[in-house]
Amino acid sequence: MSISIKNITKSFKDITAVNNISFDVNEGELFGLIGPDGAGKTTIFRILTTLLFADKGTAIVADFDVVKDYKSIRNHVGYMPGKFSLYQDLTVEENLEFFATIFGTTIEKNYDLIKDIYIQIEPFKNRRAGKLSGGMKQKLALCCALIHKPKVLFLDEPTTGVDPVSRKEFWEMLKRLQQKGITILVSTPYMDEAALCDRIALIQDGKILEIDTPQEIIKHFPKKIYDVKADGMYELLLNLNKYEYNYSVFPFGEFVHYTDKREDFNPKELYQFLEKSGCKNITIQPTKTTIEDTFMELAK
Amino acid sequence: MKDNNVIQAKNLTKKFGDFTAVNSITFEVKKGEIFGFLGANGAGKTTAMKMLIGISIPTSGKAQVAGFDIFTNPEDIKKNIGYMSQKFALYDDLTVKENITFFGGIYGLSKEQIKKKRNQLVEELGLKEIVNELVGSLPLGWKQKLAFSVALLHNPKIIFLDEPTGGVDPITRRQFWEMIYKTANSGTTVFVTTHYMDEAEYCDRVSIMVDGKIEALDTPKKLKEQFKVTSMNDVFLKLARG
Amino acid sequence: MKRFIGFIKKEFYHIFRDRRSLFILFGMPVAQIMLFGFAITNEINNVDIAILDKSKDITTQEIINKISSSTYFTIEQLITSEAEIETMFKKGKIKAVLIFEKDFSKNLIKKNNASIQIITDATDPNTANTISNYTNSILQKYQQKVNKSIEIPYQIVPQSRMMYNPELKSVFMFVPGVMTIILMLVSAMMTSISITKEKELGTMEILLVSPLEPFQVIIGKVVPYIFLSIINAIVIVLLSIFIFKMPVQGSLFLLGVESVIFIINALSLGILISTISATQQTAMMISLMGLMLPVILLSGFIFPINSMPEILQVISNVIPATWYIIILKGIMLKGVGLAVIWKETLVLVAMTVFFIVLSIKKYKIRLE
Repeated sequence: MSISIKNITKSFKDITAVNNISFDVNEGELFGLIGPDGAGKTTIFRILTTLLFADKGTAIVADFDVVKDYKSIRNHVGYMPGKFSLYQDLTVEENLEFFATIFGTTIEKNYDLIKDIYIQIEPFKNRRAGKLSGGMKQKLALCCALIHKPKVLFLDEPTTGVDPVSRKEFWEMLKRLQQKGITILVSTPYMDEAALCDRIALIQDGKILEIDTPQEIIKHFPKKIYDVKADGMYELLLNLNKYEYNYSVFPFGEFVHYTDKREDFNPKELYQFLEKSGCKNITIQPTKTTIEDTFMELAK
Repeated sequence: MKDNNVIQAKNLTKKFGDFTAVNSITFEVKKGEIFGFLGANGAGKTTAMKMLIGISIPTSGKAQVAGFDIFTNPEDIKKNIGYMSQKFALYDDLTVKENITFFGGIYGLSKEQIKKKRNQLVEELGLKEIVNELVGSLPLGWKQKLAFSVALLHNPKIIFLDEPTGGVDPITRRQFWEMIYKTANSGTTVFVTTHYMDEAEYCDRVSIMVDGKIEALDTPKKLKEQFKVTSMNDVFLKLARG
Repeated sequence: MKRFIGFIKKEFYHIFRDRRSLFILFGMPVAQIMLFGFAITNEINNVDIAILDKSKDITTQEIINKISSSTYFTIEQLITSEAEIETMFKKGKIKAVLIFEKDFSKNLIKKNNASIQIITDATDPNTANTISNYTNSILQKYQQKVNKSIEIPYQIVPQSRMMYNPELKSVFMFVPGVMTIILMLVSAMMTSISITKEKELGTMEILLVSPLEPFQVIIGKVVPYIFLSIINAIVIVLLSIFIFKMPVQGSLFLLGVESVIFIINALSLGILISTISATQQTAMMISLMGLMLPVILLSGFIFPINSMPEILQVISNVIPATWYIIILKGIMLKGVGLAVIWKETLVLVAMTVFFIVLSIKKYKIRLE
């Protein structure tokens, strides 16, 4: 087991940020902590990287205890904290060299690990880090966290605030890294990224809602979801909300995900109801459940 | 300017020295529309928006917002629009009530109007319990919803939303969009930027900026047809990746 | 107009809900008024002087009594020969010497005038002047009183001599003080800002989660400023020697060693400040208010310590800068060696060690 958390609780003044959390991450796994702002993700990261003491509970990272063996952990993990935390006034190359040096290694030594990522920013290696675009800063931060070939990689919201293209590229890089045997714990508020992990923990308000593989979690969703579409999203929503048998009504892009209270739901009834209410061009089709559906159901 | 257009921009350009952040963009936004303004980081979105809300003077080109010219009447523009950004919307060290009162005053509402609006807001958003709490102590979702409502206190013709739902939980996100729908339905135009591609689908029309230019502008449906993909996410990927 | 008022109302809310701005608005002015009111004074009180009475007659006794009963002066010692004067000045025990010539009374009666020498330590020219003036006024009053009762008025002629700074150049007073302040500024404030900057930006988190030991981080932050401070010190000394024509009577080597001790002292204060500040702004405020201001007002740099109320004198003794300035003036202007300033040096070293130990203890290896 690469990471093991047992009954960790942490409060700040009145707020319980992390409430009796337990989970394990296996070696070589790509594990996602999925949840919105304020869920407790960053606090968990800081406890695991030995930056904060938990009020209760224990945690082990790479066979080291976070309290007793904190020094060993600090020598062996890679950490990318939330904000862009590299030196803005150093160049790309200087940043990388600095981190290589303080970890007692050189850029050359582990270059193969970061090569795929670094060649994308290499043309800018003499540019100050502060002047890079969001996507490039991410890539640089990732290189710096990897340069000493850590056993475990902690990435706290690495894709927040970055456009979808850069996000996609970043996760492709993570997948490739995973193949090189590094355990990766990553947090994100984006539900669509959850599907790319081996296993995920859904977390909100300091509590874990569920832990499993994305596929299993989706299977646990209790109801059948239907894609409903009609001209005019707003009117459709209003009408669906008026329908007495609705269990959940959530817009999802061009469709509305609808679930019904009844086991024996017949879409044709809903169709007629909507038609009578004035909707046009109605389509109702069963659709695949997503992590986001499950999250919202669990978070209710 | 056509009476139906709340925004009309022609060849709008902004340069910083040699660097052209916004390169001659032309587009309109109709009244009551939900207009999605998308683009990668560094594509020029924020710069373009700053010009439209009257806080940055363009290098060249023309634009009118809410009936006022952005060169000659930026102050009138500011008085007739609402604005909310992810970074800032309300004062954390003032209470809910104080924030509403303050912004009401800034927008020129009378005391009675402010009182009426305040009660309305509190009722609609279910804020009765927390009306005297400091905004800083509220969860992110509540803050965003309150900020949105405050930006509409003075019934502006158009509201600009800069990544309003970043980091917010999925349920609150959708509640927020229901508020957007309601607002658009009542005739207020909504100009919104976002990185959530499913939110792009909620818009009536979407524009995508790449390297300072508008490379696509149409309804989500037509864009998907044009690029032969099934989601806005894929439209974006195709455009930005080339 | 309504908008405007609404805006002002909001500003008041902000001010009263922020502890820091409240402190600046109310706490600081009060502290400053107290300090300025009590510390700043051009008057003198309890100045230590010595008296060399070569006459030892009734008149000199009367004058000495007058002087000792005034609050301006405290008679530290009655010395017996001129040789002792130099040593006492160098040790900093006295600020002035009064020398009554031989056969004082006789000369007064026979020649109708006699002279008194007033030799003052003019490393602090303002005080020296004041001492001279006060002494003169005491003598005047005495003369007036006495002259009333005799027919031919006689004169006591005071001869003033300013030691170490005959031209009363104020630069002699300022250079040691300015040097102290600059070293304090560069070392303490810059170091504290540099460390809190990392905290603010978030890069401190990454540094902590790395093999770097905390002490390596601290020393790494501090080393550049040691170099810069030493260079600054050298530049100031060179400028004062060549442009202001200020002498360095004593050993340059000793000056260097003492300065390095003081620099390390200031650096450890900077580290200490960084452990209690979360932002650069806080670090800067604490450095300015907690270091700069006391140094300027209470270190004896401008305003004489002896003239301050007791409590401020106590505070003054706790400020490292006070001791360093004494050392600086001693070496530069009086040319003393370690034998004389060993006590001050020891105090400085002890303070330095104390601050270093304290900052190591307080340095946080975690985020809370």
